[in-house]
Amino acid sequence: MFGAALVVFRETLEAALIVAIVMGASRGVAGRGRWLAGGVAAGVLGAVALAGFAGTISASVAGRGQELLNAGILLAAVAMLAWHNAWMSVHGRQLAAQMRRVGHDVSTGVKPLSALALVASFAVLREGSETVLFMYGLAASGAGNSGLLAGGVLGLIGGALLGWLIYRGLLAIPVHRFMAVVSWMVLLLAAGLAANAAGYLYQAGLVPALISQVWDSSQILSQGSVVGTLLHILIGYSDRPMGIQVVFYAATLAAILLLMRVVGGGRRPAAARAEGAAPVASEAVQEPGQS
Amino acid sequence: MTTVVDGLASRDERIEFVRKMSLMVAAVLALGTAQVLAAEPVERVVVIENHRFQPAEVKVPAHQPVRLVIDNRDPTPEEFESRDLRLEKIVAGHSQATLRVEPLEAGEYRFVGEFNEDTAQGKLVVE
Repeated sequence: MFGAALVVFRETLEAALIVAIVMGASRGVAGRGRWLAGGVAAGVLGAVALAGFAGTISASVAGRGQELLNAGILLAAVAMLAWHNAWMSVHGRQLAAQMRRVGHDVSTGVKPLSALALVASFAVLREGSETVLFMYGLAASGAGNSGLLAGGVLGLIGGALLGWLIYRGLLAIPVHRFMAVVSWMVLLLAAGLAANAAGYLYQAGLVPALISQVWDSSQILSQGSVVGTLLHILIGYSDRPMGIQVVFYAATLAAILLLMRVVGGGRRPAAARAEGAAPVASEAVQEPGQS
Repeated sequence: MTTVVDGLASRDERIEFVRKMSLMVAAVLALGTAQVLAAEPVERVVVIENHRFQPAEVKVPAHQPVRLVIDNRDPTPEEFESRDLRLEKIVAGHSQATLRVEPLEAGEYRFVGEFNEDTAQGKLVVE
């Protein structure tokens, strides 16, 4: 029972943490509840469908279907997160200034909620389909397994609970720093997902490893440990990364920062875009990509 | 944060910089892919039955690419996972999956069936 709980907990946790960050990023935006709930629900439905077609998908594209699908979903999520941060580099200051002025969340319906809802749904889709397959395996392997199923449910609740705790923790960040922190978290999350995608592309034979092991920090902080797992999901920590993963991580980080800079315009975008927020614009919020 | 981009004054220059960097990354990836497709692999079949690997110890020669066929004869799905080999693949019940393993140094590389980790354990012995 404990083993089952642990497997499901791990799968759930990854989706739950990503949803938590997305909830943080959409804080205060009107209608976000509906969008994100819709995203998660679509993810769950998709996960069940995906699990049902696992065999077919695996056999497609010369046996590379599963890897390509995983890499595709991950890279799509990276693109959505990049778009979110680029959008924030243009509009974020106004939002942050407004939030500070009124001292709490502001309701604005303009944030790219669709992108964030997609990220939530991708996360649930990917991790959910593995959970569904695992639970199906438990259910199918016959009698006397109600304990295992209970373990699975326990793991599901545990993972969701930890995700919720992280979200509550995010909300405890002071309002004036909130957007900057979330922006950084989204950036690191995107880079980590890109490194994961590189792993699947490698497995599909589409990219070389470059270096089979850039470093080995498994003795210091194992990726299988609780802290290692959390860091793996949140910032893409890997205890034995391949060269290509480091390249994807760094390239994604640089590309999103660059995108934010290019889209966000010049060096001091605060001065140009501080309309309606004049009294507080000077205490500039440090966002990634803005020196 | 100061980056190399700070040195580029205009928006056009920055966009040009992004364009050049993208081309370079694409070239590196294309080159790497060509290398990967080069060698002929050694094939090994590992059967999963009753949530156990047979054989649990798979011997392969060093410095040669390997094609690992996972034949899941159980009715339930299994996730073949190896942190050592950096592989992770779901194999549906009553089906096969093929994994590509790059040329390896001599040594032992552990793998497990993540859905049944208590029993599904094995290793690739490279010599």
